[in-house]
Amino acid sequence: MMFFLTSLLVSVIAASTPLMLAATGELIAEKAGVLNLGVEGMMLVGAVTGFVVTHITGSTTLGILAAILAGAGMALIFSVLTLTILANQIATGLALTLFGKGFSSLLGRNYVGIAGPTLPKLDIPGLSTIPFLGPVLFGHDVLIYLSFALLAATAWFLYRTHAGLILRAVGDSHNAAHAIGYPVIRIRYAATLFGGAMAGLAGVYMSLSYSPMWAEDMVAGRGWIALALVVFAAWRPFWLFVGAYLFGGIMYLSLYVQGIGIPVPSALVSALPYLGTIVVLVIISRDRRRIRLNQPASLGKPFHATA
Amino acid sequence: MDRRQFHKILGAGLAAASLPSLIRPAFADGPLQVGFVYLGPVGDFGWTYQHNVGCQQAQAHFGDKVKTTYVENVPEGPDSEHVIADLAAKGNKLIFTTSFGYMNYTLKVAKQYPDVFFEHCTGYMRDKNVSTYNIRFYQGRYVQGVIDGKLTKSGLVGYIGSIPVPEVVQGMNAFLLGMRSVYPTAKLKFIMINSWYDPGKEGDAAKALIDQGCDVITQHTDSPTPLQTAKARGIKAFGEATDMTKFAPETQLTADVNDWGGYYIKRIQDVLDGKWTSTDTWGGFDSGMLSMAPFANMPDDVKALAEQAVADIKSGKNKVFVGPLTDQSGKLQLPAGQVMDDGTLSGLQWLVEGVEGKLS
Repeated sequence: MMFFLTSLLVSVIAASTPLMLAATGELIAEKAGVLNLGVEGMMLVGAVTGFVVTHITGSTTLGILAAILAGAGMALIFSVLTLTILANQIATGLALTLFGKGFSSLLGRNYVGIAGPTLPKLDIPGLSTIPFLGPVLFGHDVLIYLSFALLAATAWFLYRTHAGLILRAVGDSHNAAHAIGYPVIRIRYAATLFGGAMAGLAGVYMSLSYSPMWAEDMVAGRGWIALALVVFAAWRPFWLFVGAYLFGGIMYLSLYVQGIGIPVPSALVSALPYLGTIVVLVIISRDRRRIRLNQPASLGKPFHATA
Repeated sequence: MDRRQFHKILGAGLAAASLPSLIRPAFADGPLQVGFVYLGPVGDFGWTYQHNVGCQQAQAHFGDKVKTTYVENVPEGPDSEHVIADLAAKGNKLIFTTSFGYMNYTLKVAKQYPDVFFEHCTGYMRDKNVSTYNIRFYQGRYVQGVIDGKLTKSGLVGYIGSIPVPEVVQGMNAFLLGMRSVYPTAKLKFIMINSWYDPGKEGDAAKALIDQGCDVITQHTDSPTPLQTAKARGIKAFGEATDMTKFAPETQLTADVNDWGGYYIKRIQDVLDGKWTSTDTWGGFDSGMLSMAPFANMPDDVKALAEQAVADIKSGKNKVFVGPLTDQSGKLQLPAGQVMDDGTLSGLQWLVEGVEGKLS
């Protein structure tokens, strides 16, 4: 029973990590007032870049760094289009996802079906062998710990630092922030690039750890779930964690219950995470106040300095 | 638009429409154009990869007498119709469509191009100019089951399925029958991931099955991820469609290997000779279309047993689906001594007793 619960938890952690990484990045971008629907595309480009660079250099560290840069590079395209040229954020974000899908297939053309290097697990001698807690808490790869560290740092940054306060101010009222003298566009650039970097990290987790290989469209909709997660969490970091693990859990358990012999149509199983997203969104949109309290008021609105 | 203008446009349209038929005879002297429609990328290292190996073998065999073209990543659905029609319009005389979901679209295009020959893989609907071909994958599954039956401690195998079509149902049943031939109380647990190719999900399904006590994993999906996941957990597993040894050199037991090349060469030759007819081919070990990757990571006696199983199926001594067979509810589906006919087999929709979980 203990073994069963342990391995179950370990599998859920693995399934939840890419969601949490990508959603953390998107949270910062949205808190600054930028709605970037290109998460899926940025993740794919991050996944393929990380895999290819790791394959060429043999270093997972370089692969991870390259993925972060690639994700940020995608976000830079988005930023130039929406923040400098003031293109519509929703349309640009969708275009970024479509572009990312095609571009990642192109980059990865010669790398499909190659056995990839796997991210090493951090085995701290002694700790991983503690019954139950050992395998659940220790012996994961570095990105899993990083996902927690980054979410905690993000929460601290948003609510405990002056810079975080400014970032939230920019997201809530870019005109007011601009009037006080904050560089709205520059802050939004930084937030969007951070979002892209995190999506790249989520992508490389997929291609180096979750299923260590490159396959076209391997992110398989997780970018969209990450986007929904931010709304699900009503832009609050702690709930982002809850949501990521809830959705990661649903994704994994929907397969798991089939094995137990509960007859679930496999088509329903694959729709379950998305169905869950819709249900949750419907439930939380009933509470307008909670949303209004946390949703950045300028989310998705273009900013054009008038004075 | 006046009438004269209208006639002009109409005339231009008609001329354009008749062009293909004017051009076609000019191609007759050139190489025979053969088109392939693939489900995945040619580098999926599974299903599509093997079809492309076959395509390359045919190209090498015929040299400049034949010109092969392929279109990869073609989704099963209405898009495939455009791709197939496009290949036909471009002068391909023989077109292989290599996934089940292309069936209706292949037939539809075949009606529009009666002088083009079509070959649909894994389907069951034929026409004057549409053949079907497939491999008896279940024979390989049976051999895998025999191996597993000797190696397993828990007596429980994990089977990662894609979609519960007859081919997958045959595979699960054959695996368990093979396993039970050496381990009479063996059981099979399965998870359907509703996709032929989704590395993330395939890996998750492997984890779930291992977590539930399966000590050997086999897959009916196309990526090597389940093999990798099993390796990470120290569990032995079977590859799919192609020899996946390089993904798990210490844990791959063997793999079903699909050899399409011989069939492609034969059918292209038939077209060149003007002898092509609509047929239904379902080849197993004896046809050379199916083989097993080297038996590895197992004791010699198990290897010998596996080789014997292959030989018995090849010679026809073992027909795999032989009665008595009872389904999950305990109902006798095939009386003792009877061999299941191909018609029943190709539409198989029930699971043999010992498979856990229901088809839904």
